[in-house]
This record gives sequence, C-alpha cells and structure tokens, in this order.
Amino acid sequence: MVSALWQRFWSATLSIGGVAVLVFFLIHLIPGDPVDVMLGESASQADREALRDSLGLNQPVMVQLGDYLAGLAQGDLGRSLHSQRPVTDLLAERLPATAELAGVALVFTLVLAVPLGVMAAARHRSAWDRGAMIFSLFGVSIPNFWLGPLLILLFSVYLGWFLVSGREAPGSVVLPALTLGMSLAAILSRMVRSSLLEVLHEDFIRTARAKGLNERGVLWRHALPNALLPVITVIGLQLGTLLAGAVITETVFSWPGVGLLTIEAIQSRDYPLVQACVLLIAGSYVLVNMLTDVLYTVIDPRIRVEQS
Amino acid sequence: MIGRGLPLLLMALWALMALAAQLLPLDPNHIHLDAILASPAQGGGLGFDDLGRPLLDRLLMGARTSFLVALGVILLSTLTGTWLGALSGYLGGRFDALMVRIIDVFLAFPGILLAIALAGILGPGIENVVIALSLVGWVGFARLARAQVLSLKQRDHVLAAESLGIRRSRILLRHLIPLTLAPLIVEATFGVASIVIAEAGLSFLGLGVQPPDASWGAMIRDGTRYLLVAPHMVLVPGVAIFLVVLAVNLLGDQLRDRLDVRSLGREVLACPWVPSWPISPPPGSRMPNGAACSNPPSGG
Repeated sequence: MVSALWQRFWSATLSIGGVAVLVFFLIHLIPGDPVDVMLGESASQADREALRDSLGLNQPVMVQLGDYLAGLAQGDLGRSLHSQRPVTDLLAERLPATAELAGVALVFTLVLAVPLGVMAAARHRSAWDRGAMIFSLFGVSIPNFWLGPLLILLFSVYLGWFLVSGREAPGSVVLPALTLGMSLAAILSRMVRSSLLEVLHEDFIRTARAKGLNERGVLWRHALPNALLPVITVIGLQLGTLLAGAVITETVFSWPGVGLLTIEAIQSRDYPLVQACVLLIAGSYVLVNMLTDVLYTVIDPRIRVEQS
Repeated sequence: MIGRGLPLLLMALWALMALAAQLLPLDPNHIHLDAILASPAQGGGLGFDDLGRPLLDRLLMGARTSFLVALGVILLSTLTGTWLGALSGYLGGRFDALMVRIIDVFLAFPGILLAIALAGILGPGIENVVIALSLVGWVGFARLARAQVLSLKQRDHVLAAESLGIRRSRILLRHLIPLTLAPLIVEATFGVASIVIAEAGLSFLGLGVQPPDASWGAMIRDGTRYLLVAPHMVLVPGVAIFLVVLAVNLLGDQLRDRLDVRSLGREVLACPWVPSWPISPPPGSRMPNGAACSNPPSGG
C-alpha cells in the first residue's frame, strides 16, 4: 500500500517535472528573440542588454533550464515583466476565485448529473432515459464561450437575476459555474447511466431483489455506491479539464481567476507569468489525478488486494 | 434516437458552406453604415454586426475557417500520431520507452490549455492555430495506435509475414496499421468536434484567426459586447458551431456502434483537446477494474 502510494507520488512528480521542462522550452521556442517581443523592436540596445541580463538569457539554455528548475523547487517562479511583482503573489491573489468557481461548478455538476444518470438507468429506454441522453448530447456539443453569453442573455439581460460579469455580487458565481460545469455534467450523467446499467446486471443485485428488497433500496443502497466507483475516476480526470476550461469561462464572465490571468499574461506577452499560470493549471491537473488514484485505492478494497 | 441521416446532412451542409465561401463572390468585410447592428428582421439576411458587415457572408467565411482548420489538424495529427504510435508499439525498446515518456508529458496537460499556450506563443493566424492544435492532437492517436499495435503484433499473420522476410516497414503499413483503423476513425470523428470547438475557442480568446478574417469564435466574441442590442450577433455563429459539433458527435456515436469499437476496451480513448465524451485517462491512471490505462486492451 505504502509503496504503491510512493510510486504514484513519484510518477506525479516526474510528470510535473516533465511539464515544467516542456513549458520552459515552449517559451524558448518563440520564433525570434524574446527580448524583441517583450520590448518591441524600437528599444535601445542598453535596455535589451539589461533585460537579457536580468532574465539570464545570456546563459546557455541548459544553465537557464537548471536555474529555472532550481527556482521552481524553491517556489520561486520569477517576476512578472509588467507589474514587476513576484509571480507567486499574483497567482495567490487569483487562486481563490478560480477555486471558488471550480468548486461550485463541481457541486452543480454532481447535483445535476447523478440524479439524471440514475433516472436514466432506472428507467432504461423510457422517455426519461432519452431525455437525459439528449441533454448529455447537447451538453457536450455546446461550447462554453457560447453557453456563457446565452445564460447572460437569459438570466442577466432579460430576467435581471444576476450581474453580467465580475465577482462582486454574492450570486455572481452562479452563471460562470453553470457554464463551466455543463459539459462535465453532460459527460458524467452519461457515465453514471452506463455504469449503473452495468451494475444492475450483477449477481448481487439479483440477490438483493430475490431477498425482497424494494427497487428503491436496490438502486440507492446496492447499485449506486458500486456504480459511482468508476465515476469518481472520471470526476478526477475531468476536474483538470475543468480548470483548463476556466480559462475561457473566466474570460467570458471577467471572473478574476487564474484563467483570466493567463489570458491577460498572453495578451501582454508577460512570459514568466504565462509560464507560471500554465504550470499551475497543469500541475493541479496532475495532482488531482494522483489524488483520485489514491482515493480510489482507499474506497475500493479490490484494488488494494491486487496491489498487495 | 435522432434521424440517422441528420449528422451527415449537417456535415455536408458545413462542407457546402465552406465551399460556397471559396466560390461565391462574398463581401464579408464590406461595411454597410446604414445597417450597423441591424437584426435579420431589419436588415435582411442574417443581420449585420457592429461595423455593419453582413453576418451571412461572415458566417460562410467562418465555416470555411473552421472546415479548413479541422481538415488540416485532423490530417496532420492522425498521420503523425498513428505513424509514431504504431512505430513505437511495433519496434519497442528504447524508442518505445522514449515515446511513452513524451506521450505521458503531453497528456499531463489539459489539451485546451496547451493549445492556448502554444497559440499564444506562436502568435495569431490560421496556420499557427493548425500547428498548435496538431501539436496537442497527435498524442491521442499515437497512444491509441501504439496500444493497438502492441496487442496485434503477436498475431499469427504478422509472425507469418516476419518469417517470410517481409520488410518491417511493409508489415507495419500493410499488415498492422489497417487493423488499427476502426478505433482511429472513431477517435478522429470525435476529434473533429473537439477541433471545431478549440478553433472557435482560440479565436474567441483572440488567439486564432485575426480580424478582419472571419471565425465563428471571433464573431461570438464581437457579439458579447452587444448582447443587449444585437443578440443575433451571438446567436447566429453559436447555432452554427453547436449544430456542427452536435452532428459530429452524433456521427461519432453511430460509427462507434457500427464499428463496435467499445468492445476493444472499457472506454474509447479520446483526443485530449477538449472534454468530449469518450474520456481520456491521464498517464499512469487506473481503469475502474484496476488495470493500468497504458496497457494495451488485452485480447483485442
């Protein structure tokens, strides 16, 4: 058990290291001189040299990579080119907003997807089932940069229930969270349905029915807990995608999170900040996946047995 | 559930729109000062945007953009991905180990994030969008092709071909890759949906096609500023994206059922661009039955 955990931790660390190296090379593969891009072609030679020095660009690439990774290990991600503040401070300011958005989106997803999937499976091939599947199909087909404006149009412009954008009003997280969670809810409801349909054919379900348990008990006490196991993996996998999707959703709603910061950094060509944002989101993705795996081992005894 | 022919019809319409944009004498950038923000009812056609440009013409040009990007990315990423993945699975050894590492690192990124970072770094423009999305997209195909070839290369017909002394490149091309095509076709179909959304998303963020060229994503972005007075600016391109993606997803479902790809593994592996419903597990994660995902589907 412990060695399995250690192995997962080690492989996640390796992945994050690989991601860091890839992000580093991304920035260094920019066609042309990054200093030109950052300062513009009209900058003086002295300014260029100063920036080059301060960024360590005069060093060989491998030395730069080493410095960057060493800084990373100490939690130093450099300074923003624009505000001159440490990148970690900027990220720390924006992280709570993104965490709030992702958290609410996840809750919304679960509240919508689990009952929908259960309903669809319990009444297999009924109108409910068909309706849930059509919802699921629509949910994955609707891009969040279109769903967002549609929700704004309906709930903010016509009904006047929420503010159009920003994070000031208490209910302002609702529309961004709905937008962000929609595709995950669509995927998840389909997963819950198929997983539940599979479990409902198992022997222990027949046994439960044979001993006279009512259908509700069979569904909620026996089938659902088993059906939710694979669903947890999917949630873990998709949570990272959710974080990445936040880039677009936050832009739609001017939600002041890490996603919007990423776009602002790209638009102002603030490369250390871009690097850090991408690394943070990708790192969380890897971390969430590792935690999912660990959680999975904890809740499903069968895997523990196999590993030992 | 929904008419069998509908997806193909919608996709044909999409292709036709792209072709029309190429052939018809459209004027997507012509400014009608008297028709600024005019709705379809006031201005005719599909209405006009904030600069007084006709939305119908821009919609057709946007169809051309998304169609060309989808075509380019799917060709580039299936060809490189399938070839590299199949080669890696067939050759094994150090090359395979290296490929697995590379694939793992790419999969450690949420696809759309990598595409956004790449597009941001490469700079705007349709070629850069194709490059960015292909760089993200090849991984899914590579992993799938590798897993397929790993399980297929022990088959009798491959051993027979090897013992007859047929060149390895020929075995790979004629005796292995054709057998991996069914899941790859399904994957590529879902991939098209992801690419259409990703292209529009990049353009929405200002990282894709540059003005005055038209893209559905950029049209939505322009429209969000005039939601109150001209909702048609958001509705028109949005409906177009939605219908294309819906059609592609439906077609993918139909193909998956027809080609019976599901039996190869528990879940169809997917492109890592954006969430789409075949779910793509990250490197090293475990399937619900506890088997490592990177293993080839056994007995396939």
